[in-house]
Amino acid sequence: MATEALKLTDVDTYYGDSHVLHGVGFALEEKRVLALLGRNGAGKTTCISSIMGFLAPRNGEITLFGTPIGGLAPEAISKLGIGLVPQGRRIFPSLSVRENLIIARQREKESEKPWTYDRILDLFPSLAERSRQLAGLLSGGEQQMLAIGRALIGNPRVLLLDEPSEGLAPLIVAEVARTIKQLKDGGQSIVLVEQNSGLALDVADQVVIFNTGRCVFTGPVDEVRNNDDLIAKHLGVFHAH
Amino acid sequence: MPMQFWIIQSLNSLALGGLLFLLASGFSLIFGLMRIANLTHGAFFMLGAYFGATALRSFDWIDLWVAAIGSGLALAVIGGFLERFVLRKLGNNPQGQVLVTLGMSFIISDACLVIWGGDPIPIPTPHALQAPTFLFGFAFPTYRLVLVGCAIAVAIALYLLLERTRLGAMIRAGVDDMQMTRAIGIPISRLFTVVFCLGAGVAGMGGVLGGPILSAYPGLDADMLPLALIVVILGGVGSLVGAFLGSFIIGFTYTFGSALFPDLAYVILFLPMIIIIAFRPQGLFGRRAS
Repeated sequence: MATEALKLTDVDTYYGDSHVLHGVGFALEEKRVLALLGRNGAGKTTCISSIMGFLAPRNGEITLFGTPIGGLAPEAISKLGIGLVPQGRRIFPSLSVRENLIIARQREKESEKPWTYDRILDLFPSLAERSRQLAGLLSGGEQQMLAIGRALIGNPRVLLLDEPSEGLAPLIVAEVARTIKQLKDGGQSIVLVEQNSGLALDVADQVVIFNTGRCVFTGPVDEVRNNDDLIAKHLGVFHAH
Repeated sequence: MPMQFWIIQSLNSLALGGLLFLLASGFSLIFGLMRIANLTHGAFFMLGAYFGATALRSFDWIDLWVAAIGSGLALAVIGGFLERFVLRKLGNNPQGQVLVTLGMSFIISDACLVIWGGDPIPIPTPHALQAPTFLFGFAFPTYRLVLVGCAIAVAIALYLLLERTRLGAMIRAGVDDMQMTRAIGIPISRLFTVVFCLGAGVAGMGGVLGGPILSAYPGLDADMLPLALIVVILGGVGSLVGAFLGSFIIGFTYTFGSALFPDLAYVILFLPMIIIIAFRPQGLFGRRAS
């Protein structure tokens, strides 16, 4: 059996008194891409927040290569090897492109072929031209590249991508998809949250579908691709391609 | 009004502005990063002045500069303790933070009163700086010129620390987006302690450097803190440039307001602040909260 890079078991997460995630469980295999799909409000981002430590799960367990990380502080979880490309990108607008990257540098010794500043700029040449510019002045697409670069330079064992195609022009979305494939080919384990299920089904190996805070489907991508009923029922017609 | 009046008042304004910057820069950084309105900050300034005055009285070999650096270090340590062992416990509770920092400032005030009594303790101007400097036919109090230079030097040092170092970039990242800063593995609690020590230290140093003008006296904290608050509101929280310009704007407004319209000094001081809050709530140089 393949190594489980990230595993959630019976996770319950609350926002205050409101119960958002109900006994969520799935496992991401090492060097694979797991697509987390579902409509708006299905609990996808809450799930990402639970993994990253922004919201401590009230019950259940989250493990990273067997190490429990549930309820740890975000900085500790990051140090253990979870990298986040958050929804809305959230680059640091008053830092330069270069500063956004160098402050996120970590875990170089833990990785076989660590991401360095230069390697990130090789991956995203458009950032190299703007390294001294304030990140807040970049275009949406460039900010997305920067957010991905910022997560990678921390040399994560598991990369969480929360809606990386949101609000981007089709050409840029294609570039994001290319990048994700490239990272996957390089052996990066990835959890990909997407509204754009076309993109997600294109690159994913495994699929988890959320509906109102519960996992309603877990399985290989092939079982979803041609299952129009499943797509219509849980993903809605607006995003099925 | 004779020309000498305008020139001297301008220099007084610059000197007050410089002192306000030493107080307000730390307040602004702490508020910007930690979202704590540290009402103990005026007490740090006063405590610095008392430490400096005591050191200068007790040891012949200590001069004003050594006293200022020593007080700054002592206040950095005290500030660090308060942050680690008191403020840390409050988490994200703004009312608790306001009450606790205000309470700590009262405790420090009373402790100062008990230890140093109710009479002002003068801090002498260094001998070398007592004679006035003549420039363009006007006499300038030399120490005030030097004080402005000190404030500018501290401003440049803080600017370089924040804008040119990796630590500074981490602090600015924390001001931008605390949660994401943690998510890239930056130990935010250590950053908090560093910034709190830095702010308290600069305030303590300011208390000593202001000594030859203000001396150390009970109530110094309460005289200075509101001015620093106005500076920060005017300049925008978390903005060093804002704190710098705001300090000198308030330095001029307060000095000339008190000299020309003594009855209206507070109106002149608070009216611009109210106008700014009404029309530009993020301050002149602050960014709108996202």
